[in-house]
Parts: sequence; structure tokens; C-alpha cells
Amino acid sequence: MSAILKRSQLPTFSYADEPTPGENLPILPGHVSPGRLERVLRAGHFAVTTEIAPPDSADPEEVYARAKLFDGYVDAMNATDGSGAHCHMSSVGMCSLLTRKGYAMVMQISCRDRNRIAIQGDVLGAAAMGVCNILCLSGDGVQAGDHPEAKPVFDLDSMTALNTIRTMRDESRFLSGRKLTYPPKVFLGGAANPFAPPFDYRPLRLAKKIAAGAQFVQTQYCFDMEMFKTYMQKVRDLGLHEQVFILLGVGPLASAKTAEWIRSNVAGVHIPDSIINRLKGAQNQKQEGLNICIDMINQAREIEGVHGVHIMAYRQEHNVAEIVERSGALEGRTPWHPGMYETNESANSPITTEEASV
Amino acid sequence: MYAMRRWSARHSSTLKALYHQLENLLAKLYPQFEKIGIQNIEKPLMFIEKPTKSFLFDSQSCGQCTLGSTGMSCPMNCPKTIRNGPCGGVRANGKCEVKPEMDCVWVVAWEGTQNLKPEERAIQIVQPMLDWRLKGKSAWLRAAEQKVRELRS
Repeated sequence: MSAILKRSQLPTFSYADEPTPGENLPILPGHVSPGRLERVLRAGHFAVTTEIAPPDSADPEEVYARAKLFDGYVDAMNATDGSGAHCHMSSVGMCSLLTRKGYAMVMQISCRDRNRIAIQGDVLGAAAMGVCNILCLSGDGVQAGDHPEAKPVFDLDSMTALNTIRTMRDESRFLSGRKLTYPPKVFLGGAANPFAPPFDYRPLRLAKKIAAGAQFVQTQYCFDMEMFKTYMQKVRDLGLHEQVFILLGVGPLASAKTAEWIRSNVAGVHIPDSIINRLKGAQNQKQEGLNICIDMINQAREIEGVHGVHIMAYRQEHNVAEIVERSGALEGRTPWHPGMYETNESANSPITTEEASV
Repeated sequence: MYAMRRWSARHSSTLKALYHQLENLLAKLYPQFEKIGIQNIEKPLMFIEKPTKSFLFDSQSCGQCTLGSTGMSCPMNCPKTIRNGPCGGVRANGKCEVKPEMDCVWVVAWEGTQNLKPEERAIQIVQPMLDWRLKGKSAWLRAAEQKVRELRS
């Protein structure tokens, strides 16, 4: 049975036990976090996550406005942590603001900027603020960013960071052994790049990440489905798709020129010539970029062991809704968003009043 | 030396065997070391260890050698000092994201691993985080110490 058909037989996903926004949900049996992302994935649905770019600002309204674009289209948002080694609002700050509104956040932790003392502190703070998902990354090198003169920290790497947070969560202690009175109940994630050498090692490295504590992974941008399918075949041969939720990274390319620039300037992103030619040959390159992204999603939905997509639409955040809608990635679900129920109530109430007066 | 670093990964099998013998030898000598005092051995041993490892692996003397599990490619030459690499930034030609002129040390580690017998490979094991207090100390002595502890227990 195809992956999509299997999912179509699942019961409707319910948000019946949603608390007041900003408060945590109860933790279901067999779950590690109270988060919605873990619930959606464990229920077997195709999850959709996206990336929210933190502003260069201290204004919370800018954060809320950016989040609102995704309302009803995504199951969780990744708050990036100094992505590309550029300085922006911190991921802890982003997550603190947005969890207060009830959003499901994936807090990214880059090992580039903080040592084990700072990371463990942030994990506790974030979990207390309602962050239910943490994704550990090594982080881009400082040379890639706007402060190339900075001291790179890299006290931990992505795997030892995962291991650290898992220790905190499952053993209720710091690395030092000091006890936590309440552990951070977080669903742990990592990144995977099936599109960079050494290709044969990449599936084994995923196994290593799972051993270190990863429960879900989001991949680098996929523009080469054949390469990804080869990777997934090895992943399935190792049985890893049953041990970790895999979300394929996708995103819209704005034009052939952008694609060429990304290919030569952004580390780890692989864009084959066929994609560049497809963009070049299109009348409306931007639209074609969206079409490519949607194609990737639709193909991903068919692959056994792919549990969702992670849409990275940097500077095209306004197009995420269209990508999700046109691809049908949500398969009829509407993810929770602030006001999901309130709107229904307020929409109903005037009618009731009217009816009453009649 | 960079050229030697690449040579070492190509000859990982021989070097690993040599390392193994060295470890056994040091473990045998360990009771003598204990008599003299381990802290008195540290410096004279580093006098040999540091230049040897520098020459062969561009070792950064982290004091917690993991060469055996990385196909004899020193992970401390990774600009991000990743002990469980490679990161996602490896270029299509296998070069480092941060230093484009250098082969990714983890691409080299994977190559070096291929030269080892399957039962000798340990690249799939998650390496623990570094204890930065050991930087500049003798990793050989620590390996011998560990071996002796295993034998005694």
C-alpha cells in the first residue's frame, strides 16, 4: 500500500485537549514531549514544518507578523539560531515569544556560539517557556557570516549536544551529574544532509545521530530526488526509518540566477543542472521555482520512510501557504494555530444572538 | 603536515596496527611509570608524542586521541573540531566548507576507514565530548592507563 493511502486511513487528527495558548499539553503515553509535532508524527500523519527567520529587531510584533504567515499551514516552526553565522534575534527569544501565543516551536541550537554550560541553561529556559522540540546543529562556520572575526566555540558537536539534552531529559541531571528538579520534556531533532559527500557514510551517520538521541531529522534542501531516493533506500535497509522521523527539506528557488548563486556559495546545497535548466526554460522562473518545490513534496509523500516536509522559504515566506495548499501536503488536516477555536466561537456567537432576537 | 596527513589515512591499516603495538608496549611499561610517577612521565613522553603525531596527523594534542575510530584522520583539524562529523557543509568535491583548499577531515576519515578490516572500524560509534582540561597532555599515556585498568579489572 502506498504511503499516502496508508495515511488516508488514519483517524482525523484531534486538537480536543488543547489548553490555553502558551500552556503545555498533557504528555501522551509513549511520548517524550507535550508537543504537537511529536503528536502529529507519532499518529502517523505527514507533518509540515517551516523555518521562521528571526528579525534584526527587538520588536515582538515583527516576530508575530512573521509567524502569522504560516497560520494553519504548518505543524511547527524552526526558530533558527544565527543561521549562516549571521547575527539575529536569538532562537530562545523567538521561541519564548511564540510559545506564549501557543505556537509549536522547534528551537535550533547551534554549537558554534555556546559551550555546554550555556546550552544546558538555554535548554532549561526554553523548555520552561513551552518549547517542546529542540534541534541540534553543529552550525555554519563563522567565516560564512557577518562577524567572521568572532571566536568559534564548538565545545560540543551536534551529536554530543543531542546526547547532552537527552541526558538532561531522561536522567534528569546536568552533564556534571547535578540533579534537575524537573527535566526538559523535549522531542529531539537533528539535521541530515544526504546531498553532500561522503555519500556512502551519510546513512551511517544518521544511525549515529539516532544513537546520540535524535528522534526526528530535517534534511538539507532537496533538489535531486534520485539522490534522495538512493539515500532512503540505504536508510530503509538499515531499518532507520522506523527509528527516526524523517522530514525532507524543500524550498522554492526564486530564479535560475539565484539557484546558481546558492549552488556556488551556500555550503552543502546540491542543485543539479536539470533544475537550473528547468528554471531557465520557464517563462515565469519564480512560479517554476514553486512548481519544483511542490513536485519535490509530492514525490516525497510517496517515499516509504519520509514522515513529512520541512519547507525553508527564506525571503519567500509568503509563498509557504501556496506551496502547502497546492501540494496537498497536509492531506486534509488543518494544523492548530492561534485563534483556531476562538474564531469559530466568535463567528457563531453573532448568529446565535440574531437567531435569539428573531 | 598536510601531505603526511593524507598519507596516514591511506596507510591507516598499518598505522593502526603500529598504534596498537605502541599501546601494548606502554601498558607493559605502565607499572614502571607508576613507580616513577605518572606526572613525571607526562612531559618526557609528550616530547616524543607531540612531534610524532604532529608530523603524521597534524595532531592538535587534544589529549583524547580518537584516531583509531576515524581512519587515522585527526578530527581536531576540522575547523569546527567536530568529533562526530562530517557536518552538512562538505563541498561537492569533498573539500571543507570553512577551508576550501583542505579536504574535509571526515571525508578523509571515511576513506581511511575503508582501509581497515570491518571489525576494526569504529567510525559508527558516537565519540564523547572533549575534556578540554586534557589539551596538551599525553593521549598515549591515557590510552595505556585505560588498557591497564581494563586488564586489572
